[in-house]
Amino acid sequence: MQKTLRRYAAVFVLPTAVAFTVAFLIPFLMGIYLSFTEFTTVTNAKWVGFSNYVRVFRDSSDFTNAFWFTAKFTVVSVVLVNLFAFSLAMLLTRGIRGTNVFRTVFFMPNLIGGIVLGYIWQLIINGVLSWFMVDITFSASYGFWGLVILMNWQLTGYMMIIYIAAIQNIPSDLLEAAAIDGASPRQVLRNVILPMVMPAVTICTFLTLTNSFKLFDQNFALTGGAPGRETAMLALDIYNTFYGRVGYEGMGQSKAVLFFIMVAAIAYLQLRATRDREVENV
Amino acid sequence: MKKRLAIFLCLAVILSFGLLASGCGGDDEQGDDKTASGGTIYYLNFKPEVADVYKDIAAAYKEETGVTVNVVTAASGTYEQTLKSEIAKAEAPTIFQINGPRGYQNWKDYCADLSGTELYKHMTDPTLAIRDGSGVYGIPFVIEGYGIIYNDAIMRDYFELKTKKTDVSSMEDIQDFATLKAVVEDMQAQKDALGIKGVFASTSLKSGEDWRWQTHLANIPIYYEFQKNDVDLTGDETREIQFQYDQEFKNIFDLYINNSVTDPKMLGSKQVADSMAEFALGQCAMVQNGNWAWSQIAEVSGNTVKAEDIHFLPIYMGMEGEKDQGLCIGTENFIAVNSQASPEQQKLAEDFLYWLYSSDTGKDFVTNRLEFIAPFDTFNEDDRPSDPLAREVMDWMEREDVHTIPWNFTLFPSQTFKDDFGAVLLQYAQGQKNWDDVKNLVVTQWKSESR
Repeated sequence: MQKTLRRYAAVFVLPTAVAFTVAFLIPFLMGIYLSFTEFTTVTNAKWVGFSNYVRVFRDSSDFTNAFWFTAKFTVVSVVLVNLFAFSLAMLLTRGIRGTNVFRTVFFMPNLIGGIVLGYIWQLIINGVLSWFMVDITFSASYGFWGLVILMNWQLTGYMMIIYIAAIQNIPSDLLEAAAIDGASPRQVLRNVILPMVMPAVTICTFLTLTNSFKLFDQNFALTGGAPGRETAMLALDIYNTFYGRVGYEGMGQSKAVLFFIMVAAIAYLQLRATRDREVENV
Repeated sequence: MKKRLAIFLCLAVILSFGLLASGCGGDDEQGDDKTASGGTIYYLNFKPEVADVYKDIAAAYKEETGVTVNVVTAASGTYEQTLKSEIAKAEAPTIFQINGPRGYQNWKDYCADLSGTELYKHMTDPTLAIRDGSGVYGIPFVIEGYGIIYNDAIMRDYFELKTKKTDVSSMEDIQDFATLKAVVEDMQAQKDALGIKGVFASTSLKSGEDWRWQTHLANIPIYYEFQKNDVDLTGDETREIQFQYDQEFKNIFDLYINNSVTDPKMLGSKQVADSMAEFALGQCAMVQNGNWAWSQIAEVSGNTVKAEDIHFLPIYMGMEGEKDQGLCIGTENFIAVNSQASPEQQKLAEDFLYWLYSSDTGKDFVTNRLEFIAPFDTFNEDDRPSDPLAREVMDWMEREDVHTIPWNFTLFPSQTFKDDFGAVLLQYAQGQKNWDDVKNLVVTQWKSESR
């Protein structure tokens, strides 16, 4: 069977390969090519070498500002989302009454689209801030924490499900052995549960990290970058560069390429770092 | 076993390709069908509010001539990016829209010369068209105007108020900023007696909703500046401004934000629709907007504003000799024909446009359904739109004693400039930036965005 499979590998792969090439590979390569050109529409590109990349940093500090804002946001939301998700997972694996209801409720926000969420949370946050006679556009830190809250609300449930699966997968003999040895709950958590859920931690940090870094819809709908461009994250900055004015398409494209490199590099480093901590599940 | 598997796989592959091919084939056939019966043109529409009307126009045109007009409408505020991606396609828009001289610079390579067309020959004022050398590349197809819309019912209440502190007794007396300011501030102080929440509707400063200020209101000081310095609007001199009438702009902007329904600090989440609703519900007496706003006002449920009570007031901001200032009337809608389309298609496009603005069916659509004030001599007295604001604009346009202000904001450098301008206006309203910051930003951004 193995041999047969190998012989027909090309045939099996073909449909996916075609789809992958058309929908991903070609646009991706074209995108890289376009970042070295000046263009209005993709068909009238003119080669300009590296000048777009130089302009990204020379023309204005938008991109660097957006980068730092995104970086701060990512750190805060990765930590908070995983912390909340793990705590909820611990609570909801104890057989509390209504566990299933809680799991469903916590998971549901994840099913709502980002733009809708952004608008809903804008209403809620503005409603609260109106007690102080201001709104979310008043200060960049309001926008920042607004985004963090939104992100937590949306992603915690999803990560929680992954953690729950991992916790339930821990062999019960390990926990029993620990109990017989007289380990305190804290010791069980540190020395048994945490090492055993490390694969889930890898996945969850990866997902939260890339999701936060690439955040667009929520940012677009919640703050739109206001005040000024202070709360514009990288993806929104790229969008604004590309569509906000003519003559900047190439520059927007090169920002997008830089963005890709950054996301790929960070995700790779993170995967390597957490992989090392995983224990082989026997 | 092996053989069967091989056959199965081959079949699967053939089947999947067959599906793909048949999918494509379907499109082809459809395409052939269209060309067989008179040809197809593609119109990329800019105005979402009249998208349905264009569908009806296309149907009527198809019936009369057999030519299919595919109308695609870009969502509000996304015209440029839709055009960018659509025009790269094999079936690119034949007719599209540019927003003025700046827009023409961007789409130069795609704009056909329209100087020989019937439509151009029938323009009432050919200087409104976009010209480059001897060619004509954009033809305006609608004239619009904006100013301060006021609700006369509330104004009459005010003029009859016993506690009124000004000696203004009718709207005709308001002919400069000083009078307007006195009236507005007195009204704001007595808003409870008038049953309103504020004189002006909210100054919508949410990003993307701030065009009434960073574009329309800013047009006036920029126009006066270009006038005063004798700037050639087609030349490079427009690449730099001093914003020398910034104080006048501040006058009116302050009046708007300090005498409104909403606290200045809360303006960052207000949308245009909010302002129009406030006006329609009678919560305020005035709102700055254009004749296109009538449908928005009329559609609000619980609307208390009567069509005969709604009028325009020019935007007075303290300019010298503003007594004879009229409304801001112009256009940012210029029609262009894709020069990269085949000559036959270009011809079809020109014929369609001429039909729309000259035949009885077409004109009926334009005046009664699109409610456009069309700048062509094929339209006469009877072909006037019925909505009150459009009629007001035409009346103001015809008045001999005032001069209208053209729409020079088509020369504003870029959307980014406008967005940044709007953002700093919001921060000024919130009290986080002072007026010098606003002025600085306008001057420097204008220059850096005009490259």
